[in-house]
Amino acid sequence: MRPLLTSVKAATVAAALLLAPAVASAQEHEVIHLPDTKFSFEGPFGTFDRASAQRGFQVYKEVCSNCHSMRQLSYRHLAGIGLSAAQIAAIASQFQVQDGPNDNGEMFERPARASDRFRRPFANDAAARAANNGALPPDLSVMVKAREGGADYIHALLTGYEDPPPGVTVAEGMNYNKYFPGHQIAMAAPLNTEGQVEYVDGTKGTIDQMATDVVTFLSWAAEPELEQRRAMGVRMVIFLTILGGLAYAVKRKIWADLH
Amino acid sequence: MPEGLHESDVKNPVLRWVDQRLPVISMVQREYGTFPTPRNFNYFWNFGALAMISLAIMIATGVVLSMQYAANTGLAFDSVERIMRDVNYGWLLRYIHANGASMFFIVVYIHIWRNLFYGSYKTPRELLFMIGVVIFILMMATAFMGYVLPWGQMSFWGATVITNLFSAIPVVGNSIVTWLWGGFSVDNPTLNRFFSLHFLLPFVITGVVFLHITALHITGSNNPLGIEPKGPQDTIPFHPYYTSKDSIGIVVYLLVFALLVFFAPNMLGHPDNYIPANPLVTPAHIVPEWYFLPFYAILRAVPNKLGGVAMMGGALVVLFFLPWLDSSPVRSMRFRPIGKIAFLLFTANFFVLMWAGGKPAEQPYILIAQIATTYYFAYFLVILPLLAKFERPLTLPESISRAVLKHRGGGPLPAGATAKPMEKA
Repeated sequence: MRPLLTSVKAATVAAALLLAPAVASAQEHEVIHLPDTKFSFEGPFGTFDRASAQRGFQVYKEVCSNCHSMRQLSYRHLAGIGLSAAQIAAIASQFQVQDGPNDNGEMFERPARASDRFRRPFANDAAARAANNGALPPDLSVMVKAREGGADYIHALLTGYEDPPPGVTVAEGMNYNKYFPGHQIAMAAPLNTEGQVEYVDGTKGTIDQMATDVVTFLSWAAEPELEQRRAMGVRMVIFLTILGGLAYAVKRKIWADLH
Repeated sequence: MPEGLHESDVKNPVLRWVDQRLPVISMVQREYGTFPTPRNFNYFWNFGALAMISLAIMIATGVVLSMQYAANTGLAFDSVERIMRDVNYGWLLRYIHANGASMFFIVVYIHIWRNLFYGSYKTPRELLFMIGVVIFILMMATAFMGYVLPWGQMSFWGATVITNLFSAIPVVGNSIVTWLWGGFSVDNPTLNRFFSLHFLLPFVITGVVFLHITALHITGSNNPLGIEPKGPQDTIPFHPYYTSKDSIGIVVYLLVFALLVFFAPNMLGHPDNYIPANPLVTPAHIVPEWYFLPFYAILRAVPNKLGGVAMMGGALVVLFFLPWLDSSPVRSMRFRPIGKIAFLLFTANFFVLMWAGGKPAEQPYILIAQIATTYYFAYFLVILPLLAKFERPLTLPESISRAVLKHRGGGPLPAGATAKPMEKA
């Protein structure tokens, strides 16, 4: 089989070489290179830095949640970033949510419970647009999985605001961001001042720190199963490798009398 | 023994009682136990069994997922997220199912590649091959409808693009599309019927797979030499030889599967499908799943819509005629010096099509796709028929056992060596 595989490879490489100049000339669309941010959850064995994710939740709560919903999450899910039941109950009770109808058929407000979904900043999409110059702030529940570049992209976007380069005019109500496709984004720089979020754990709230923390939180929110998944994966790979060795030995033994 | 019962040689009295009345145990023994199989399979012959396992995994995970999924445009996306977050091991089931589709296609593509390289489609296995093509087409339909169910942006726009292809049919095209949609755009009725069909088709596939296996067990398997076994010295019983060889393939398959599911579950998906479907916002590039890309490239290579649809359909339909287009009496490309090169080019060309299908519909990708499309059809319609006439194949080995022993560098076959494995069965 080896010569065959080699010739397949050779043919593929040849095809790639022939096509290379064509590809180069096709790069008319601007390619944006994202800086590679170091996150605790990178690599096959990475896990979420709980402290960072908790700080990130604080950033979300104080900054992002003014416009962005996270409708797939309930307060009880926050146990996943290491918050205790008492802490979760305390956080939830800060928010008023609508419930009802009660015995009189009326809707009423009550403090949120752990089982409630994250409170949404706007009643509906139209209200969100009306408050945001016509732009709709997207839901952040799975944002990290919903963008090319994932966590690196979100971090780059949050720290990528700058003055437009000379010759570029930014439309009314838009902002220049060097990592946003097309560079004009309706969202104004959300993290703009050092110390904007006063971290309860005393960490210095630089813009990069806040961005890293909130992206860690959003990555956890998008893939809360990540740690369990990788741990199970490591066990599966070890198990299958041993099983593969056994299967190979059995096959060798069975076939031994054939050749 | 009462009259009218099946002759059973099962020892256990209870199983024997069953087997005399419903000879399933005899059948399994005959078809998977002692079934005479060419002794020279290489690991490419694992992929039929792997495809079976893929189908079983997809049905098992799919049935469980359907208990939690809601086929409604207002609920579908959130119900999938609920599976990911709140259903016990829901993330595992969903990632196995989503990546299982890719694994199924990888396996089936290699299975088809093996068929084309070793000429398994040739007489007497023409119908076996054609049933296989039917399975492949049913798989594509099932996978397409499955991708629509999470109701993300790619689900919605992929469904819109693909169903719109039917509008290319003259006169009745638009009526057909309205009929398929159950309305005037891809909407709730479309999602509902896709869910229904996505649930149904795997069982249709299972039925056709049984036809595939029945046909296989009439002719027996082809083998890397492409010559028929001439006697018991050329075959070995399926069990334990190929059950043990298949089990190695199964473990390797599961290992690759595990790496995808546990460490890169979204690598083969598209980020846009984590954005809920929005009929008012079209994604910048609408890209189908990777396994459709070669055919998508053929579709877009033709400037005319009807022409593109016809070519894409033709790329699959041409396979039904392959056993007659390639009339060379030699099956295995190992003995066809020019055919081998033409087919390896065809393989590389298929990857070029796959690559071009994932690029935006602009130059130079269109030109590359056009050249690759030409070669795709030329291979079947021009090169193979001509080679059958003009190619001079290498000398075929006398028999499988002779070739195997030469290959292993052994001397003449000792008298007892071939009979021995049969005793084991």
